[in-house]
Amino acid sequence: MSVETSAPGAAARFVGQRIPRKEDRRLLTGRGTYVDDVTAPGMLYVAFVRSPIAKGRIRSIDATAARALPGVRAVLTAEELKALPIKYFLVFGVPGQPLPDYAPLVADRVAQVGDPVAMVIGDSRYVAEDGAALVEVDYDPEQPVVTIEDAREGPLVHPRLGTNLAAASQPADDPEMDAIFARADHVVTHTVRHQRQVQSPMETRGILANPLGSGELVVHVACQSPAQAARYLAMLFGIPDHHVRVIAKDVGGAFGLKVQLGREEIGVVAASLLLRKPLKWIEDRLENLTAGFQAREHDMTVRLALSKSGDILAADVDYEINLGAWPQMIDGGELATMMLPGPYRWGRQRQRARSYYSNTCGLAAYRGPWMMESLVRETMVEVAARAVGMDPIAFRRRNLITGADQPFAMATGPVLDRVTPLETMELALEAIDVAAFRVEQAKARAEGRYLGLGLSVYVEPTTISIGGVMSSETAQVRVEPTGKVTAILSTHSQGHGTATTMAQVVADQLGVDVEDVTVLEDDSSRSGFGAGAGGSRQAVAGGGAARRAAAQVERKIKVIAGYLLNANPEHLRIEHGVIRVEGEPEVTSSVAAIAATAYLEPDRMPPDMELGLEAQSRYRPEIPFVFSNAAHACIVEVDVATGVVKIRRWVASEDCGVMINPSVVEGQIAGGVVQGIGGVLLEHAAYDAQGNPRAATFKDYLMPSALDVPEIEYRHLITPSITEGGFKGVGEGGAIIGPPALVNAIHDALAPLGFSCFDLPLSPPRLLAAIEAAEASKQVAGAP
Amino acid sequence: MSRHEITVKVNGEAVSATVEARRTLVDFLREDAGRTGSHAGCEHGVCGACTVMVDGVAVRSCLMLAVQADGAEVTTVEGLADETGKLHPVQQVLREEHGLQCGFCTPGVVMTLAALTAQQPPPSEEMLRDALSGHLCRCTGYQGMLRAARRLARGDIGKATA
Repeated sequence: MSVETSAPGAAARFVGQRIPRKEDRRLLTGRGTYVDDVTAPGMLYVAFVRSPIAKGRIRSIDATAARALPGVRAVLTAEELKALPIKYFLVFGVPGQPLPDYAPLVADRVAQVGDPVAMVIGDSRYVAEDGAALVEVDYDPEQPVVTIEDAREGPLVHPRLGTNLAAASQPADDPEMDAIFARADHVVTHTVRHQRQVQSPMETRGILANPLGSGELVVHVACQSPAQAARYLAMLFGIPDHHVRVIAKDVGGAFGLKVQLGREEIGVVAASLLLRKPLKWIEDRLENLTAGFQAREHDMTVRLALSKSGDILAADVDYEINLGAWPQMIDGGELATMMLPGPYRWGRQRQRARSYYSNTCGLAAYRGPWMMESLVRETMVEVAARAVGMDPIAFRRRNLITGADQPFAMATGPVLDRVTPLETMELALEAIDVAAFRVEQAKARAEGRYLGLGLSVYVEPTTISIGGVMSSETAQVRVEPTGKVTAILSTHSQGHGTATTMAQVVADQLGVDVEDVTVLEDDSSRSGFGAGAGGSRQAVAGGGAARRAAAQVERKIKVIAGYLLNANPEHLRIEHGVIRVEGEPEVTSSVAAIAATAYLEPDRMPPDMELGLEAQSRYRPEIPFVFSNAAHACIVEVDVATGVVKIRRWVASEDCGVMINPSVVEGQIAGGVVQGIGGVLLEHAAYDAQGNPRAATFKDYLMPSALDVPEIEYRHLITPSITEGGFKGVGEGGAIIGPPALVNAIHDALAPLGFSCFDLPLSPPRLLAAIEAAEASKQVAGAP
Repeated sequence: MSRHEITVKVNGEAVSATVEARRTLVDFLREDAGRTGSHAGCEHGVCGACTVMVDGVAVRSCLMLAVQADGAEVTTVEGLADETGKLHPVQQVLREEHGLQCGFCTPGVVMTLAALTAQQPPPSEEMLRDALSGHLCRCTGYQGMLRAARRLARGDIGKATA
């Protein structure tokens, strides 16, 4: 179900429409081209030998038996890879930042279970894995550091660094802040602990590296941006950009996991260059769940100062992250603390953040990496409201910014403008019908059933373009001599549907039909640089670039048509590829006819005009953060005998500006919400005290199934951004704002029991334990 | 490792190969028969992306050995649309309902729904939903698949609702 409260401009024919996706026919009939579907003549397969221990020194590696196995063509260790120097760096790193000794294969000290120690290369994956099982590695095990608590004081994960602290921010003394807390009517302290998760795209990581000779390296890889992967490989190996061609036609989901190539992909490229053979590695699910990258695992404690009338005065934040051994980026918690105030009038904030190395799998980006801000704030708002004796909805109405407040500078710096947090909240509340629910809830409680309503509100900084690789995207738009349109973009889909949405944008700008536009974004050698998917940015940055490039082509079409039709270009209209002169219905031309002239009939072209119909534009949004916003509300029923949470309703009320394709928008929201449901109720990449991963299969790492999800109801507000096209990002939002709505609903359901638990996941065993604890403390409190 | 001569009818076409006893059906289909539409998502029978029909029954081809399919008729996702390229009703409804994003799990979902909707009497929405719970999808939150299941159970196919 979906309700929209305003429509895009009348000129838009395709933008705003629920057009079926162009890529779906191919994907539904088994004609997709994922990395494992690609082969090369003479291709060999790679299997990794991985550490079975979380921490220790490698005493020796004996590959004699593996090398003797028929079909094994090579066994490489760090020693053999030395022949090819690699300048290891992190795509999202800070220059000069101290880093552990990243390398495709560990040379002397393993730092997590699953650390790659050797590569076995064989005629088939079966033979390569047989060979890997024959490599004997002798380790000298040491006591690992597993948790944040361990990391603070424990032995060093990377002894050379001299500390387990990877990044830290420490606020300066702030006497005024202390004074605010001293005179506050209420101070609420709230702690949320978020467990470790795994991004878990259905397609694992994988690569086929093919050194074709004469300097050209062709790499098929599951990634989030072919151009970014190509640039990274070129820089790592010190080879010119144009000698690396990365192709990724279909990618089976990514969610942050594939934003940067990992050690294994880099190792496979290195081995292919050393052996001069095409090599394929397809990660298996065990590797993906335990040794690729993981996500989350962070704790945040906030002290909130409140006035007795319920105004939020200030927040004092303490944030810690367990980065694992080899993180994809050194997240110092900047974004999570910056976004904590969200859409609230929140006068002051100070923050202290620390991220630690540990002997666990390294963290990588995962859909809304800074989501702790919303999870902590929106659960804390409920606790704070109760502390001051207010209803949480009334408390939000009092503290949320309104349209009149905007532009509004958050206490942490960013400026909110054209956002509608209060409006989306009211829409969500109306849809859920709070009054009717409270009646139903009371009736259910009388029957011993526990229903709860949860609410959450947030703003999201999409398309962050403050600098670095995510600053811009590029688009080339070309009307071919046949009149069909090719749009080559630096965007990239791992399910995002950009082959359709970008075609909608281009078709509208040119006045042609969407069927006549083909979007290409799968090959670094033709797209030009861009970061592709990541940071909820493709609609804004890619769509903006596509509009601008198409607008240049449109102008040229009109100038040529005006010249040929003896009409003022300003008086021409293009629809369905047909060009008409306003007020002269009998005079027409077509985009196809103009294209034929532009390429094939140079003498009919206007004097001094360049031939062809093609243009390129690179777009950086005019603002550093393009804010979108949403409010979610859900209703749950908790079975207090089993600890199972059943989600009965879910309303997603959001404002992502102009929607290019509402079905694609809703698909992004739903995907994020359900990943969030997994994070709250099910998923846990747990470790034992020795650093052994305890969730190594999909039987242990539980993701939501079709039986775990509600039918999501949508409400759309459309407040255009000031950027080209009025778009805002929407890809990550559901995973950020979904979790607090669900956590709040569970607390509302179990409020009569005095339940309070902000340690995720709220899985059945943990819920039951927390219910028991609540009952026990009530008995103690009630005892004479 | 013992090797075995097998012949499997894949989408109506006989494919013969000499395979090791340990070779999985999904590897045989993808590498020996050239049908890469079936995807190996977990290789331990949970995710369902590799689902194909073996003699009309939906089977996880990562949990079946190629030698076990010797002499069988296997239908993969490539074999569902008709000669003219007209989509199978399951494919058509999934397309109309935006039931896929990255498309990696999709072939398995299609095959499970196609196997069930071929049965008489036709399955209820609840049966289809239960069957979908045996497939993991990380992109869509199952929303479009569940709408598709509802329409398939009602026989409401051939016209778009979205």
